[in-house]
Amino acid sequence: MIALLLFLVPLIGGLLTFLPNKSGMARSLALGSALLSLAGVIAGLTLFKQPLYWEFDAEWLQTLGSRFSLKGDAMGMLMSLLTSIGVLLAVLGSWNNDVQGTNRFYGLLLWMQAGMMVVFLASDALLFYFGWELALIPAYFLCSIWGGEKRIAVTFKFFIYTFVGSVLMLIGLIYLQSLTPNHSFQMQAFRNLEIPESKQVWLFWLFFLAFAIKVPVFPFHTWQPDTYEQSPTTVTMLLSGVMVKMGLVAMIRWMLPILGIGVFIWSDVVICLSVIGILYASLIAIRQDDLKRLIAYSSIAHMGLTVAALFSLSGFSNNSNVVLQYHQVGFQGILLQLFSHGINILGMWLLADRIERRFGTRKLSELGGLARTAPTFTIFFLLIAFANIALPLTNAFPGEFLQFNALFHAQSPYRFVFLVLAGLGVILSAIYTLNMVRRIFFGETNQATENGLRLSTAESLALSLVVGLILVFGVYPQAVLDFTNDFSREYVKAIDITRFLAK
Amino acid sequence: MFSFPNIAYFIPLLPLLGFLVNGLGRKHLSKGAIAWIGSGVLALAFAASLVVFLNLPSGGPTLLNAFDFIRIGELRIPFAFQLDALSSLFLLIITGIGFLIHVYSSAYMHEESAEHYGRYFAYLNLFVFSMLLLVMGANYVIMFIGWEGVGLCSYLLIGYWFRKPAYTQAANKAFVMNRVGDLAFLIAIFWLIARTGSVNFVDLPAALSSLSSSDITWITMLLFVGATGKSAQIPLYTWLPDAMAGPTPVSALIHAATMVTAGIYMIARSNLLYTAAPLTLNVIAVIGIATALLAASIAIRQNDIKKVLAYSTVSQLGMMFLAIGAGAYGAAVFHVMTHAFFKALLFLGSGSVIHAMSGEQDIRRMGGLKKALPITYFTFLIGCIAIAGIPPFSGFFSKDAILLSAFLKSPILFGIALFSALLTAFYMFRLLFLTFGGSFRGTEEQKHHLHESPLAMTLPLMVLAVLSVIGGWVGIPKLFLHDGERLIEFLSPVIPVVEGHAISHSTEYLLMGLSTALVLSVIFFAWTRYRQYRSEESSAPFARLLENKWYVDELYQTAIVQPLHRFGGWLRSFFEPKVVDGLIQGVGRSIRYISQQIRLLQSGQTGNYALWMVISIVVILSIQFFVRK
Repeated sequence: MIALLLFLVPLIGGLLTFLPNKSGMARSLALGSALLSLAGVIAGLTLFKQPLYWEFDAEWLQTLGSRFSLKGDAMGMLMSLLTSIGVLLAVLGSWNNDVQGTNRFYGLLLWMQAGMMVVFLASDALLFYFGWELALIPAYFLCSIWGGEKRIAVTFKFFIYTFVGSVLMLIGLIYLQSLTPNHSFQMQAFRNLEIPESKQVWLFWLFFLAFAIKVPVFPFHTWQPDTYEQSPTTVTMLLSGVMVKMGLVAMIRWMLPILGIGVFIWSDVVICLSVIGILYASLIAIRQDDLKRLIAYSSIAHMGLTVAALFSLSGFSNNSNVVLQYHQVGFQGILLQLFSHGINILGMWLLADRIERRFGTRKLSELGGLARTAPTFTIFFLLIAFANIALPLTNAFPGEFLQFNALFHAQSPYRFVFLVLAGLGVILSAIYTLNMVRRIFFGETNQATENGLRLSTAESLALSLVVGLILVFGVYPQAVLDFTNDFSREYVKAIDITRFLAK
Repeated sequence: MFSFPNIAYFIPLLPLLGFLVNGLGRKHLSKGAIAWIGSGVLALAFAASLVVFLNLPSGGPTLLNAFDFIRIGELRIPFAFQLDALSSLFLLIITGIGFLIHVYSSAYMHEESAEHYGRYFAYLNLFVFSMLLLVMGANYVIMFIGWEGVGLCSYLLIGYWFRKPAYTQAANKAFVMNRVGDLAFLIAIFWLIARTGSVNFVDLPAALSSLSSSDITWITMLLFVGATGKSAQIPLYTWLPDAMAGPTPVSALIHAATMVTAGIYMIARSNLLYTAAPLTLNVIAVIGIATALLAASIAIRQNDIKKVLAYSTVSQLGMMFLAIGAGAYGAAVFHVMTHAFFKALLFLGSGSVIHAMSGEQDIRRMGGLKKALPITYFTFLIGCIAIAGIPPFSGFFSKDAILLSAFLKSPILFGIALFSALLTAFYMFRLLFLTFGGSFRGTEEQKHHLHESPLAMTLPLMVLAVLSVIGGWVGIPKLFLHDGERLIEFLSPVIPVVEGHAISHSTEYLLMGLSTALVLSVIFFAWTRYRQYRSEESSAPFARLLENKWYVDELYQTAIVQPLHRFGGWLRSFFEPKVVDGLIQGVGRSIRYISQQIRLLQSGQTGNYALWMVISIVVILSIQFFVRK
């Protein structure tokens, strides 16, 4: 029931939010829905964590072989927690914003949430696709109506990119369905497929392109900085904090266990692209003057590491427990990082948004000296910035640490090169992050920054929540690792392609 | 709870508490309260460290397991502390000297407003906390947490006066250069996990057997690269002189006595691995001696009192690495200890001078301070004698142990090491004579303002001066004292003693006599040259080379920083928009041309459009959903 609720609450909440004309009312409704979702997830993680509460199955498009089945595994539960936190932070962060048509704005935002919940929880491929589109369509409208000056052109680019991806994915899904014995879209039916290598080689690209655009993986990333820059920051928060994870979750759930051989064949190529992406995005970030674009490129670099780590898990263990153990270590890091990166980037956007609204600029060159005039804000920013460069005792460190371990164990002759090059990202991230901090907060103030910046109660609450999560999971990541332990142990067995090679 | 070993938990927790109280309460607490809290937690931590030190059981280490930091299947990385001879010695140094420097800071920083005063003490406490994690950690990951933590605090404190762009730039440089080393450290940890499945120090002896000799060479090399970052060795040393932008007590604590010796600690901690990696040891010896010589040569021509000391620190660290390269880990740790005493003393002394000179740091504009600052002068003199290595001052014994180990490895190394020790004596006494000797060369206003520092500053100086004299006596060679070399013996559970010097007593006497005599004559030479100030304006190419620090910073700028910067700019302004995005845009434009329908997106009532679109989806859904049932 929890799983269904997590879909219905934002769906109905969104619908209700559309109704009132008063912006305050709409905002309160949105907050209520966000809180209710979060409460639902927390209840589901504590009191009702048995599978029975997280599974839901009903007839749906039976003629197509699709059922309305939701199934919250540990990853799905973790991601729905992230989604609810993300929406809550987005609502809190925009509490003092005046947007035209508050009701439509929040209504669409909540529908986006409903779509993402379906993506994270669906165990039926068509339902998954439905959620994917349900999340994207409101995003297009949010960007094209409330975005910046260049919003139309940018949204169009965003649309084209993701549309192409969606079409490819749909073709792939339908093809897979046609292969199943009883023409089913169920995840288990897909996983039972034994697709010959000759088909996996090209099927891989249908799915990979769709998901790679979403993450994004170099060189399919150019929609992202533009979209992040032009969208209202509230939307950007959800796009980069949560929606980007859809691509990764999709890879984890719908690619590696189904197209294991295709993934293994192409894994070197993918890791190579991801590592190039890390360096490429980091180098561009070093030379960015626009705060939002800088964060966007930083996010591309971080996601590059996660994708590289994920594809390092591909391979055959020959049923060796040692190899499976290493794969589990890496996979645990990926799960941890999915959650942690979401939290951290949400925090980054909250801060960036506050700066833009207060000073009317995102240019680092027009800021400076805020450490003196806005000390509390500076502390929040520094903490989140240091989480962004994965300093130990922040939540990003254990995730990155374990992901690098995965890279070290990739079944590739180039793994050491990959590791070292990806590792350079650790140095580059320090360069651009500290540079950003220096240019915003240190030095002398100018006319704009002289009067500092005060945080509202809602903003302080939101930032405190982020910082609290950063520190708690930085000191005790084992809480998440314990939670996902069984899931990850089974998962690495499921993606092991030894069983195919035996034949 | 207050007894061994659980009392050890308090050692890091107390500074953490101080950090939280001072950091959060900095706007509400008075300066006096902040200073008392900041120093008080250190005093208590020192007391706890003493308890640990005195109760340490002989033999194996005592492990304290707080909780599991990361546990996945067989891989277990506990948040655990290891108490043994090596860590307990470092605990005493860190909390002891840390306490003195906190007390000193309370007076040195008195001109800061209460809020910034609180920020300063909070950072300083956080630093001590991180440093304690570094040395107490029972595995490489916890050590790494402290390792990056001290890097963070170093960054925060170098850039403490954040309004000056040059200072914050120096802070960034320090952090980034350290990160280069940190990456190598991390890769070494991954390697260790891959081969042995464990990162715990206690598992190292057993792990040795599962490591091939190339594994060991790689791991030790990578760890050493990590050490060159933190301990400012070639090629990653250039951040340390710039780090002098921080307040002087910070330079004393972080950039002389504690943090920069972390590299030595890490290698001493891993000595089992290093002993099995002769190639790495040779590399370390060469890098160490080269750094010692390079930095000492630069120090000769520096005129900023703190810069001279900074290069001196780099040089002394090089000597410690030389000892490690020669396999004399104990001698390196010994020198860490004595160096902590006399270099902290010298830095705090220079702080006292800068304080008296109203912020002036150029020794060419000082001179004759002996009369106005008698305590500072006298303690500074002791520091100079100690670092120069004149018996029976502390530096003599540790330096002698290093020189001896170098001699055992190769007489050539000994020769170069001795030469760099002579340079050390020269630049230190040049510094002493230019600062305190001769007549005053500053402005009238400065002269009028000259004063000895308050007791809170001179008392730490006196304590450290005493330690600089007697601190070396724990390592008096067996040559003089049958019961000597107590420190090496104390460390033997962690650092096994290699029995039997292959050197006769007469040779040992000869080497000692030679070095002492040469040091004395160099001091005499410095005295004749700098007793009266003389300008050193010189256009000799070699002198200019030294003044400009061998142009290493410029080299890094042109060879690494600028090309990367330009490349990033090219990617941003050309490659990304024109090539990567250009291709996609081309595809997009052609699609746009074909599909007129999509243009609807750009017109009119899009909000309603969205509403209807999603509603219709929901309606279709619900019809399917309910009707079928």
